[in-house]
Amino acid sequence: MTTSTPTTNKKIESVSGITVRLCGDSGDGMQLLGTQLTNTSALAGNDVATFPDFPAEIRAPRGTRAGVSGFQVQFASEEIFTPGDTLDALVVMNPAAMVTNIADLRKGGILIANEDGFNEKEYKLAKVESNPLDADVIDQSYRVVKVAMTKLTRAAVAEHGLSTKIADRCKNFFAMGLVYWLFGRSLDPTLRFIEAKFGKKPDIAAANVAALRAGWAYGETTEEFGESYQVEAAELAPGTYRNIMGNQALAWGLIAASKISNKEMFYGTYPITPASDILHELTKFKNFGVRTFQAEDEIAAIGATIGAAFGGTMAVTASSGPGIALKGEAMGLGVMLELPMIVINVQRGGPSTGLPTKTEQSDLLQVMFGRNGEAPMPVLAPRSPGDCFAMAVEAWRIATECMVPVMLLSDGYIANGSEPWKIPEMDELPTIVCTHPEKHTGEGPFLPYARNENLARPWAIPGTPELMHRVGGLEKEDGTGNVSYDPANHQHMCDTRAAKVAKIAERIPEQDVYGETSGDVLVVSWGGTYGACHTAVTRCREAGHSVSHAHIRYINPLPRNIGTLLKSFKTVVVPELNSGQLRMLLRAEFLVDCIGINKIQGKPFAVSELVEAIGKHTSTHSQSKAG
Amino acid sequence: MNLPVLKAADFASDQDVRWCPGCGDYSILAQMKKILPDLGVPREKTVFVSGIGCSSRFPYYMNTYGMHSIHGRAPTFATGLKSTRPDLMVWVITGDGDALSIGGNHFIHCLRRNLDVNIVLFNNRIYGLTKGQYSPTSSEGQVTKSTPMGAIDHPLSPLSVALAAEATFVARSIDAHVQHLGKTLKAAAEHKGTSLVEVYQNCNVFNDGAMAYAQERKQRADNVIELEHGKPLIFGAERDKGIRLVGSHLEVVNTADVPADDLLIHDALDPNPSIQMMLARMRYPEMPEPIGVLRSVAGVSTYNDQINEQVTQAKAARGEGDLSELFRSGDTWEVTA
Repeated sequence: MTTSTPTTNKKIESVSGITVRLCGDSGDGMQLLGTQLTNTSALAGNDVATFPDFPAEIRAPRGTRAGVSGFQVQFASEEIFTPGDTLDALVVMNPAAMVTNIADLRKGGILIANEDGFNEKEYKLAKVESNPLDADVIDQSYRVVKVAMTKLTRAAVAEHGLSTKIADRCKNFFAMGLVYWLFGRSLDPTLRFIEAKFGKKPDIAAANVAALRAGWAYGETTEEFGESYQVEAAELAPGTYRNIMGNQALAWGLIAASKISNKEMFYGTYPITPASDILHELTKFKNFGVRTFQAEDEIAAIGATIGAAFGGTMAVTASSGPGIALKGEAMGLGVMLELPMIVINVQRGGPSTGLPTKTEQSDLLQVMFGRNGEAPMPVLAPRSPGDCFAMAVEAWRIATECMVPVMLLSDGYIANGSEPWKIPEMDELPTIVCTHPEKHTGEGPFLPYARNENLARPWAIPGTPELMHRVGGLEKEDGTGNVSYDPANHQHMCDTRAAKVAKIAERIPEQDVYGETSGDVLVVSWGGTYGACHTAVTRCREAGHSVSHAHIRYINPLPRNIGTLLKSFKTVVVPELNSGQLRMLLRAEFLVDCIGINKIQGKPFAVSELVEAIGKHTSTHSQSKAG
Repeated sequence: MNLPVLKAADFASDQDVRWCPGCGDYSILAQMKKILPDLGVPREKTVFVSGIGCSSRFPYYMNTYGMHSIHGRAPTFATGLKSTRPDLMVWVITGDGDALSIGGNHFIHCLRRNLDVNIVLFNNRIYGLTKGQYSPTSSEGQVTKSTPMGAIDHPLSPLSVALAAEATFVARSIDAHVQHLGKTLKAAAEHKGTSLVEVYQNCNVFNDGAMAYAQERKQRADNVIELEHGKPLIFGAERDKGIRLVGSHLEVVNTADVPADDLLIHDALDPNPSIQMMLARMRYPEMPEPIGVLRSVAGVSTYNDQINEQVTQAKAARGEGDLSELFRSGDTWEVTA
């Protein structure tokens, strides 16, 4: 392949990893810049992890602190699990972006500022008295590079005859070019992206290319940078990789599950942040037999999903916490009907509308118990963007094996984050066999609620002669499915529905442990905090502490060895982005006094804060041992 | 091929019907069982979906497939079912509380999407199953358990709502008028697209006689006008009264007083719903209330056809989806050992 990326004549320093954050106004194209840098870094063979952070408003007031949109990416030559705590480099397009992010830049880190974005008007909008770049402490603490990005971009695109407004929009590509030079990234993937995205508007495409190249050339020629940095490819398991985002992986997992179970998919949903991208992704794949239904509300979405499940289709609905609240009654019906379907909750900060674009793990008890009556549902939680693929397939496997609605619990951090994903070979995908009885066998009338060894009832679908039956929300007599108010039957059915979910523990893997299976401290986590917890435990272990990590992906039922595991450690620590919901479940179930590390700030855990919090418990043990 | 000839009794399930003695629902159930064999759709291809309320127990009593769902949401379940299984004949059974209060939203959206299902709305102008509170179709001033000083809500007309949602088939019938009811249900079933049949249904426990003016044979002729496409609007025990369009309103005239040509000719096929809406707004006692098919517009695409057509088109244009190809779309890279 020919490359159109020039080579630098400057000195190159090799480093193991870089964490960079790109910040500007929402509308400055920071998310685009970030995703391009991520993709390019992944293609370079680095391990990557990302953290997009943006306001809930579409265009929050320009130049204000509330309107700052950021994208953080860590790329490394070793396996990484988080987008990084502190920044090696920070790119800011205006004063608001600088003052809200500078605290995360490490001492000696590189601060690249769009000088043209720093003027009296912008200081006022950012509520700063003077140019924050001029503060002595800034110069003393960081390597500051001021670049007149707007002017330089206008000059670079001048020949394409665009209006000033359009020309100025190209400055994110200028910034991208500069960042690409600094970290030795290839321009090629982004050039391909520009061609694909702006191919029909050749003048815009040409201007963006010019801005990108100008940014690169600026890095190469300016005296401000003495050297650029090189991050070698990471040593990942052999295979074909691609970069994937959580919601995308979820959508692809659903498509894969649909294919391998030989079922077409119905996806009923109502748009809500941060779940909407699953819909956007799925609508692209109607040739896979995917039918997407944008309903009038969340209740209609799950209603249609249950209707599709009754008809024999792979049926899925998704929402975020507030929408899941609306779906509660219908989920109960799904439990009563004993039909297979998937309900996805991409959690965000709550309660109520809460923090739509920020992450949190506070819907765990909602999905465990947020239905009237005794209505147990299996709950699975992917641990990372790529894991969303595997867990979506798992959710459908369990739903069909047990004839039960399954809850898949993701979160905003996983949904919008991305990481390299090893593309599975077709024979690595599990087999899911969906069968529908075709005729009535045996004596007497057809029994829609007869059960197999999984306690699952037959998935008899309309259109099948001899199997006509009625389902509904009134309690069903076991076997016949007739309406029943019999007290003993209700007890029996509640017990059976619970037993059916509990039995799933027999068909999911035992809980794996990173580190020893007994010792001083066991860190137990779930969901999107996996990366931070794993990295923190690694650091504690490197420091010589007896710390192990169990990250739970099957929350209901829990893996069958969890109880033994919890009791094999002196201290169990449960970090969660809520006030202790998994901790409550574990304590209630196993009578083990778990200790919480809890944070509800709309932000993921930093590795350093977990190391410190876990460290408190390891040092207690070290001291008690010494004493 | 010899298809089995079905009778009404073949559509009865083995469950005891548990409506109050004298309930209008029995008549609707009987008419449904009577017309289904004539439609040529096998029992196993027939599905009844209902919400909550007395009417919504209906599916349990039919020997077909059925789903008794949650309050007001039956159209949503029908949407998922019909979108994925267009081969099925789907009926939505609902009541005035179910369809117009808690389910008003879904009712409107089902109609405007023109999903090919048949909605039968049992309207008794009261909440039966929750025992006697007023409903969205209760009269203003009606005294009920929850309105001791009289209802202050203005009632909703299901027909007006349906027409406003651009429904393609809108009709009304009466539980006690069994032949008319059967005929209307059959016409609804034969319509492609959402059909709505409002059925005046007497709740003899909580709202007995609320629609006696339309139900009782003696009063009916003077208070109800039976619409037939292409026929002039004439009513009355003596067939001596008619409806005339004057400017933008309708008026009752004595047929003896006006030339026959002056009477309004009913056009159910007119895609413009303006006059149909005027008919829907005729209220007892000022005007006779219309029964029969107000509107039946053919050729409007259905939601289920279109959602499936897009899948067919996508497969034709891009071929059946290939997972391996999907995974490798866009930028990928190799890691070697």
